[in-house]
Amino acid sequence: MLTLHGASKHFGGVKAVDDVSFTLARGTITGLIGPNGAGKSTLFNIVAGALKPSGGRIDFGERRIDGLPPHLIYRHGIARTFQIPRPFGVLSVLENAMLAPLGQSGESFWNTLLRPGRVRAEERANRDKAREILAFLNLVHLADEPARNLSGGQLKLLELARALMSDPTLILLDEPGAGVNPTLLGQIMERIAELNARGITFLIIEHNMDLIMRLCRPLVVMAGGRLLMQGEPEAVRNDPRVLDAYLGGTA
Amino acid sequence: MDILSYLVFFSAVSGIYAIATLGLNLQWGFTGIMNVGVVGFFGVGAYATAFLTGPAYPDAFGGFGLPPLVGYLGAMIASGLAALVVGLLTIRLRHDFLAIGTFGAAICIQLLAMNLKPITRGFDGLHSLPRPFAGLAATPVAANAYFLAMVVAIIAAVVWALERMVRSPWGRVLRAIREDEEASAALGKNAFAFRLQTFVMGSMLMGLAGALYASFTGFVSPQDLLPILTFQVYVMLIVGGSGNNYGAVLGAVLIWALWTMTETFLGAVLPAGLKQQVSALRVVLVGLILVLMLLYRPQGLLPERANVSREARLQG
Repeated sequence: MLTLHGASKHFGGVKAVDDVSFTLARGTITGLIGPNGAGKSTLFNIVAGALKPSGGRIDFGERRIDGLPPHLIYRHGIARTFQIPRPFGVLSVLENAMLAPLGQSGESFWNTLLRPGRVRAEERANRDKAREILAFLNLVHLADEPARNLSGGQLKLLELARALMSDPTLILLDEPGAGVNPTLLGQIMERIAELNARGITFLIIEHNMDLIMRLCRPLVVMAGGRLLMQGEPEAVRNDPRVLDAYLGGTA
Repeated sequence: MDILSYLVFFSAVSGIYAIATLGLNLQWGFTGIMNVGVVGFFGVGAYATAFLTGPAYPDAFGGFGLPPLVGYLGAMIASGLAALVVGLLTIRLRHDFLAIGTFGAAICIQLLAMNLKPITRGFDGLHSLPRPFAGLAATPVAANAYFLAMVVAIIAAVVWALERMVRSPWGRVLRAIREDEEASAALGKNAFAFRLQTFVMGSMLMGLAGALYASFTGFVSPQDLLPILTFQVYVMLIVGGSGNNYGAVLGAVLIWALWTMTETFLGAVLPAGLKQQVSALRVVLVGLILVLMLLYRPQGLLPERANVSREARLQG
């Protein structure tokens, strides 16, 4: 469903992402791994539109999306989370979630003045949906709390909650397990598997090999900005190039 | 009677400031747009209303003698268009650059007022503007009282509309953009479009304030377009409560009271040698209040409410 053709991102002379091509199959939970500095987050940023690629082409379904601004890519059904959570601190947890859905007529100021009834009805439906998703992620007891009061792990869940609110077909998760305690991590993994079973495709950057090996299939490995290999976890685990990349000899 | 007429005059002017502060609250308080050119849009509104409603001047184009209401509407349209042009050029810039850009725009507008003599008459200004209700009221004080009633009605209508607008998904997006523009874009929000909307809308309110000011005093000149006005409006918003419409109104009244009272008060208590410095000292005093406020109560007297959208509460 997502295809990269020679996608690149250069910062001056640094080739953060260099001629990367791969296809993400619909319905998978694909893991994106590689040592620090491999270009994984930069790859996320060019797919999601936060950075403009320097070259190559990215297709999502039938649509070419490289170079589109992030808000349009989101509208095509790709949601992303950030490596370091970016909550809207003064908004409540509930409103963080309620912000995310597409096509809210109340986002036009005319409608807030001229069609208050319709806006209110939509807001109630939006609130109920947010409550459901927050309950699914065990955040509902924090719904009225300003998001800045949440712990690191709870913020990871909130990022996921926001991503779910727009019914995306693809979710990019940037290190969902970083800084999360083992209990919460288990919970996050369970939820991802459950959402995947409902038809959402995932691309996950993660360093936690336990999570990767249990959840992701296939894996895409990057090193030094380039695609190293793509394959089943077992194949990746036994590939000497991968070992080499992690242990330092990326020649 | 003197006290009463003074109170009416004071209230009308502070009400005019309140309208400009409500405009800045939409930009800075809700959306985080640092518009340091408040006075520019105020000035566009003031000159536009003078241009439309003033008497025909022999040495300048303009002065169509139209009714004040037409002048106010024209002022809002003119300042909205000015904001659209400035906004398209600058609104993509981040905080400090946007501040410099809007400050520069306000300076340009003041320079135009000074030098575009065929329309503005330069430093002579546009005088003898018709004062609304002058024909209806028996005395000047009564005319001012009618004017005050109109300003209060405008404030009530503006606050009502703004509250409706910001306590909604629209207002939620504004606050999300203020908090983290990149994250809001990652959730499908076109930050540029929302920023431009509030920049134009807020500037239209500043233009309306300028129009009311010009028609209340009956005169507008480049002397009314000094950058200190931008500073005053910011202090009003920060003291009253950035992100709270009622705070914006409260702050405008309080700071204007302080501003005008210090003149009388300082004038009375200062030794003769220092009396000349009163206008400088009150800037120091208001600046001091701003600093104390930022140190000890940065959220302002009436802080922003946690829940904006009316439906966004699970309990209560």
